[in-house]
Amino acid sequence: MDWYPLLNSIRISLISTGIVFFVGIFLAYYLAKLPRVLKGVFDTILTLPLVLPPTVIGYLILRLLGPKHLIGAWVYDVFGFKMTMTWWSAIFSTLVIIFPLMYRTARAAFESFDKDLAYAGKTLGMSNTRIFWKIMLPCCKQGILAGIVLSFARALGEYGATSMVAGYTPGRTATISTTVYQLWRNNDNVGAMKWVIINIVISAAIMLIINLLEKRDKKPKPAADYS
Amino acid sequence: MSLFVDIEKSFGDFCLKVQFNTQKEVFSLLGASGCGKSLSLKCIAGIEKPDRGRILLDDKVLFDSEKHINLPPGKRGVGYLFQSYALFPNMNVYKNLREGLKDKKQIEKIYEMLEKFGIEDCKDKFPRQLSGGQKQRVALARILLNEPDVLLLDEPFSALDSHIRFKLEQNLRKVLSSLNKSVILVSHDRDEVFRLSQTIAIMGRGSIDCIGKKEDVFKRPLTKNAAILTGCKNISPVEKVDEHRLFAKDWGITLFVDAIPKDTNYIGVRMHYIKDAALETSGDAENIFDAELTEEIENPFSYTLMLKPKGTGCLTNIGWELGKDSRKGLDDSNLKIEIPKEAILFLK
Repeated sequence: MDWYPLLNSIRISLISTGIVFFVGIFLAYYLAKLPRVLKGVFDTILTLPLVLPPTVIGYLILRLLGPKHLIGAWVYDVFGFKMTMTWWSAIFSTLVIIFPLMYRTARAAFESFDKDLAYAGKTLGMSNTRIFWKIMLPCCKQGILAGIVLSFARALGEYGATSMVAGYTPGRTATISTTVYQLWRNNDNVGAMKWVIINIVISAAIMLIINLLEKRDKKPKPAADYS
Repeated sequence: MSLFVDIEKSFGDFCLKVQFNTQKEVFSLLGASGCGKSLSLKCIAGIEKPDRGRILLDDKVLFDSEKHINLPPGKRGVGYLFQSYALFPNMNVYKNLREGLKDKKQIEKIYEMLEKFGIEDCKDKFPRQLSGGQKQRVALARILLNEPDVLLLDEPFSALDSHIRFKLEQNLRKVLSSLNKSVILVSHDRDEVFRLSQTIAIMGRGSIDCIGKKEDVFKRPLTKNAAILTGCKNISPVEKVDEHRLFAKDWGITLFVDAIPKDTNYIGVRMHYIKDAALETSGDAENIFDAELTEEIENPFSYTLMLKPKGTGCLTNIGWELGKDSRKGLDDSNLKIEIPKEAILFLK
């Protein structure tokens, strides 16, 4: 069996999730400090991909990165290669789609962080950097981890934008979702079902991990005061 | 160490405007929730920024709106004890204390502090495994390791069960007296404020009503708000009848007094200063009233009787607190109370 779609999907998802982890956390931390109106505007823009149809996103990416447009044209002229229809083109489409998930989860985690802890750190003379790495991130670990896993799961399942930007070339740009579509179109039900089952198994495993991570959040009851 | 504070801050409708000066003592801000006492502490610590004003610690300027000076919290030399203690949940007690340690090389100080507060066996535990009392001690230890010049305590006992408060208060009193620094305590609990501090400032809706030595503030609260916060429950608006008489509008009675201070709009009488007139034998007490018992409230160690002076248009009952033995000797159908002149508080 040709395992390329699985390996390709995982590769794309890991890279997109990695990028979105750093950018999402960075933006979630710094945008929280902006004044209310500006924060609202940025929030809307950054969350937009969550509600836009993937084909709209795919179209916009093609208009930006396609070999005859804006960035894509410049890259083609200077470096001689196309930014679309390659396996790594899917990284662009996937990271736009999953960014809002990581961003919002990180934002929620940072917002539920008890600000008194940061204030206490400040009064004790801790720098903002130390407070972020030693107190804030470890305390928000659960939420952020759940965000990473959710983003990865969504990246694995991306279809609409990816099929437009990377196309379907077996062995070169095929992902699990585009492969299932092609197999269905060619009436290969057995082949399609194989990939469907693989996808379900992986997704179920991921959701299980998310559930376990969320359960660990419950705090044990503190000791009673008798002395 | 003296602390000078003169700040203003507005939040929509609410306006904070406070001014006070403290020396090496325990200074308390006593007020109801939402009056701005915690906000004042946060401004002193540098966690909140006042709109206008100055904050000076001895000669060091912590904040000056005109000169655009606003020192970050870490440079102010301020120790802040949060209501929730703010222990870092992802670190054990030892690591929490280490974050507070001013000179990271002096590790032995951590062990000294653990011993001083009696929390040696908590060293490796995490905050979620500690009791409320242990958390408070760890939080205080962490602050003291930071060697602050002034200590700010934000409602230090409100997160604790009441049976534990007394012992922890004693511990805190010992710690504070050995500190020899300025301490500002914020609370809505009058008993703990009275026991722990020397000077008290009473706050109401963003400003200070009155400041004074604790005995003075409790004996002679100057405003209605101060009277309520120091525990006076019988308060009535009054109308001046003449130089020596006041009509208490809520109780429907006229009281004789020696002199009426200017701006007296209310009077207050503490519940336990009301006397049983049947015991008054000298014959020259004024302010004696026949009363009807409307409600009897039994407390663990006393009684509170709600009374209505007979034959008057009384709107609010007068509360009388007396011991259980004294209660037994009363004839309910023939109650006579005396409101002693010296017990009457004149309030703005």
